[in-house]
Amino acid sequence: MSVLDIFPESSSQPVAPPAGAPEPAPRLSQPRLSRLSHLRQLEAESIHILREVASEFERPVMLYSIGKDSSVMLRLAQKAFYPAPIPFPLLHIDTGFKFREMIEFRDNMAREVGAELLVWRNEPAIAAGTNPIALDTKRCCGLLKTQALLDGLRHYNFDAAFGGARRDEEKSRAKERIYSFRDGAGQWDPKNQRPELWNLYNARIHPGESIRVFPLSNWTEMDVWQYIHEEKIPVVDLYFAKERPMYVRGESLLPIEQSFVALPGEKPRMVKSRLRSLGCSPCTGAIRSDAGTIPEIIAELLSFRSSERANRVIDHDQEGSMELKKREGYF
Amino acid sequence: MTTLAENKFSIDDFMAAERAKDLLRFSTAGSVDDGKSTLIGRLLYDTQSVYEDQVRSIEGKGTTAPGQIDFALLTDGLRAEREQGITIDVAYRYFSTARRKFIIADTPGHEQYTRNMATGSSTADATIVLIDASKGVLPQSRRHAYIASLLRVRYVLVAVNKMDLAGYSEERFGAIKADFSALLDQIAADTGNPVEARFIPVSALAGDNVVHRSEAMPWYSGPSLLELLESLPPAQQSNSAPLRFAVQRVLRPDASFRGFAGQVASGTVRPGDAITALPSGRTARIARIVTFDGDLEQAHAPLSVTLVLDREIDISRGDLIVSSDAPATVATEIEASLVWMDAQELAPNRRYLLKHASHVVPAVVARIHHRVPLESQSDPTAQSLAHTEATTLGMNQIGVVSLRLLRPIAVDRYGDNRLTGAFILIDQASNSTVAAGMIRAAVALPQSQAAQLLQTAITGPVTSRERFVRWGHRGGVLALTGSIAIADQVERVLFQEGMVTLRLETPAGEGAHFREEAASLDQTAHCAAQAGLLVLIVTASDERSLIVHAADHQATLSTEDPQRISTEIHALLTEAGMLAQPWRPDYEI
Ligand SMILES: Nc1nc2c(ncn2[C@@H]2O[C@H](COP(=O)(O)OP(=O)(O)OP(=O)(O)O)[C@@H](O)[C@H]2O)c(=O)[nH]1
Ligand SMILES: [Mg+2]
Repeated sequence: MSVLDIFPESSSQPVAPPAGAPEPAPRLSQPRLSRLSHLRQLEAESIHILREVASEFERPVMLYSIGKDSSVMLRLAQKAFYPAPIPFPLLHIDTGFKFREMIEFRDNMAREVGAELLVWRNEPAIAAGTNPIALDTKRCCGLLKTQALLDGLRHYNFDAAFGGARRDEEKSRAKERIYSFRDGAGQWDPKNQRPELWNLYNARIHPGESIRVFPLSNWTEMDVWQYIHEEKIPVVDLYFAKERPMYVRGESLLPIEQSFVALPGEKPRMVKSRLRSLGCSPCTGAIRSDAGTIPEIIAELLSFRSSERANRVIDHDQEGSMELKKREGYF
Repeated sequence: MTTLAENKFSIDDFMAAERAKDLLRFSTAGSVDDGKSTLIGRLLYDTQSVYEDQVRSIEGKGTTAPGQIDFALLTDGLRAEREQGITIDVAYRYFSTARRKFIIADTPGHEQYTRNMATGSSTADATIVLIDASKGVLPQSRRHAYIASLLRVRYVLVAVNKMDLAGYSEERFGAIKADFSALLDQIAADTGNPVEARFIPVSALAGDNVVHRSEAMPWYSGPSLLELLESLPPAQQSNSAPLRFAVQRVLRPDASFRGFAGQVASGTVRPGDAITALPSGRTARIARIVTFDGDLEQAHAPLSVTLVLDREIDISRGDLIVSSDAPATVATEIEASLVWMDAQELAPNRRYLLKHASHVVPAVVARIHHRVPLESQSDPTAQSLAHTEATTLGMNQIGVVSLRLLRPIAVDRYGDNRLTGAFILIDQASNSTVAAGMIRAAVALPQSQAAQLLQTAITGPVTSRERFVRWGHRGGVLALTGSIAIADQVERVLFQEGMVTLRLETPAGEGAHFREEAASLDQTAHCAAQAGLLVLIVTASDERSLIVHAADHQATLSTEDPQRISTEIHALLTEAGMLAQPWRPDYEI
């Protein structure tokens, strides 16, 4: 018989296990197995992806957003090419609304790693005073993030761009390939993605087209923090709980930055808080937290009942808003 | 908000427990609407793997009765999917239990999106095939089971779903189990890959036997689906398999260091090991295994590392480093199962790009042995998997073919190695990924021939060998006499397949001038053939057919159908030795 039945129990000959009995061990003799922890497996997969892209594209770039995922991705890039330097530049899309600590951290990090750092801003839109309060968040993101990204990639003529997005972040991201094909306008067509089998990636594109690559596709938020802990990867201080001045609006904690527009009579209060995910200051809410260290952040993560992006204003503008943004060229 | 002071969380204990967990990748399969996404949603929900805001965002939506959450919406993340109530592309989801981490690929059942199912299953250790208890085994259940078997997904869990609609009937479950077992046997006989199947009655909507054992089916005493998933033997690579390591990149930060970056596809590597670089056949020993975190004493699959050898040998991206004791097969002719995934059907003899491990080589499908007929049948279980002859493969069709590669590569049988036995085909014009291939056999190329083929001078005159590798044929003369329309087609077919041709028309008339012209034409043809071109000397006549001479061989074409012309011309070129590897000089008179 070619259909083997190797399982502990077979429902064709039901044998009720005695109450409370442990699961019987599988009958298969187990070969000597590599017992790599799942973090090592994820790391190996990501490094494989980084090396493939660096070897198959002419002008790859790593989008560096300063957050925890970017920090992990950057470390993986160091590992992938060690002892050689990282063979592509980093590109930060700066909306002008990033927290001060983020910008300082970015510049230090690039210097330490020895990578070339490029910064691209949609200067005309920034000069015109684009902000999420005057415009809606969707249009603000469209100009300061999506448009800036597309312009920046085109300016430098990059044909592949790494992003730190994970599939567990959001349900349209869960649908995206590791090599996400983008047409000449940077757009994603979710209904017509290239098949992607095994670890064989199709890097072929016509001039003007590009690939967005997500080496952290299979990582979860928990994996990222565990890796940061194990590898002692530096992250921005905003992730750690501290007494910080905040405007408290209902459930929301709004951090104070130069761009903040207070309501009449509104006063900031000191609140022990931190950011779970880093974005633009007007659109990123903080959470109340006592987690001042990475182990405490991991413990806190185990207790969360809401997703990482629940504190982001931008993803909720509209049903399927992330998908729409991605189709327009967003990461 | 947690108060950390009072809870006894120890990061070291936690990380130790996490490290002890292994990783299992599984996918779903089955016909459209059998409940795959609902099942995954239920699994995530009942294991508390979804956040509250994610549940809130789907409450009151979807296709289910009021008050009943439509769990499929947890994975059907595209707008088009929610509008149409079907899955279009794979959704990847992640969850873990106390024992294991899981990566789920929830794939679409709709026939049109079969390639996305193949995408999701290609990396899976296990697949859950769903069967709707109220409908029984459907053609698409069979197609998916076949693909899963072809891809060598090791475990098949057959979830007979919607038991609530079948009155939780033991008879119904038994009947489906009997049908599907027979089918799995048939499939295993055809693919040569036995699957290890287990049947389980569930209701994804009601949650019966998904995470918790159900009270509704006292006749079933087996484990729940989650219990089964947790108890499957880990499907990681065995360390004792022979070493396979595809070089992705040569790292040369300075003159003193030269390392080969790649991922261990199988086996274990240690300093001192004797290795062979394929296809060149050069040998060396491992000097160091370098990583950012320090040198390693050994590395096994699937680690990504950098290997340094004890001597300078010429290795570049695309080479396969293998254990000298158990090398892979170097070949230019392979036989493989193909799953065709493109709307434009397979064109035999046309040049595609074949991506295997870390290299890309031009390849043509020289022959289609058969197609496996998996199309809709009223009774899928009655049909034996008789093979049908085929001249092409269309979207979602599966067949066995022979491929001819223009450069030798080192391969294993897919049955022996899932990474070095797999490839994809890419269409050079559209850049689409058009097929997934699994190697069944490879004709070993004698090392001397492989070495010759690989020899490419970087300086000096271009050799015939180099032209062959680029163009896929040797030089030669074809005399075409007869229908000009068919001659045009022959030229076009060869052109489209990427051959380099030169067309010459014979001069009309007689006399001294004619003889002179004819002689100069012969001379031109001779020169061009020596330079590696396929020269077509066309002599038009009023005939309805076309006679083609090549060396001492001849074929008569009486059709303008490009596919048939292609087949016949290729047979002729093969007979005339123009497609053979260039051990001989191009053109002998
Ligand atoms: N009664 C009943 N209905 C179910 C059950 N499981 C799923 N359904 C319903 O069957 C329909 C299809 O479910 P899906 O989960 O979308 O099916 P699918 O297999 O993912 O479909 P595709 O991905 O499009 O192939 C939905 O209306 C579900 O609510 C079940 O156990 N019992
Ligand atoms: Mg579905």
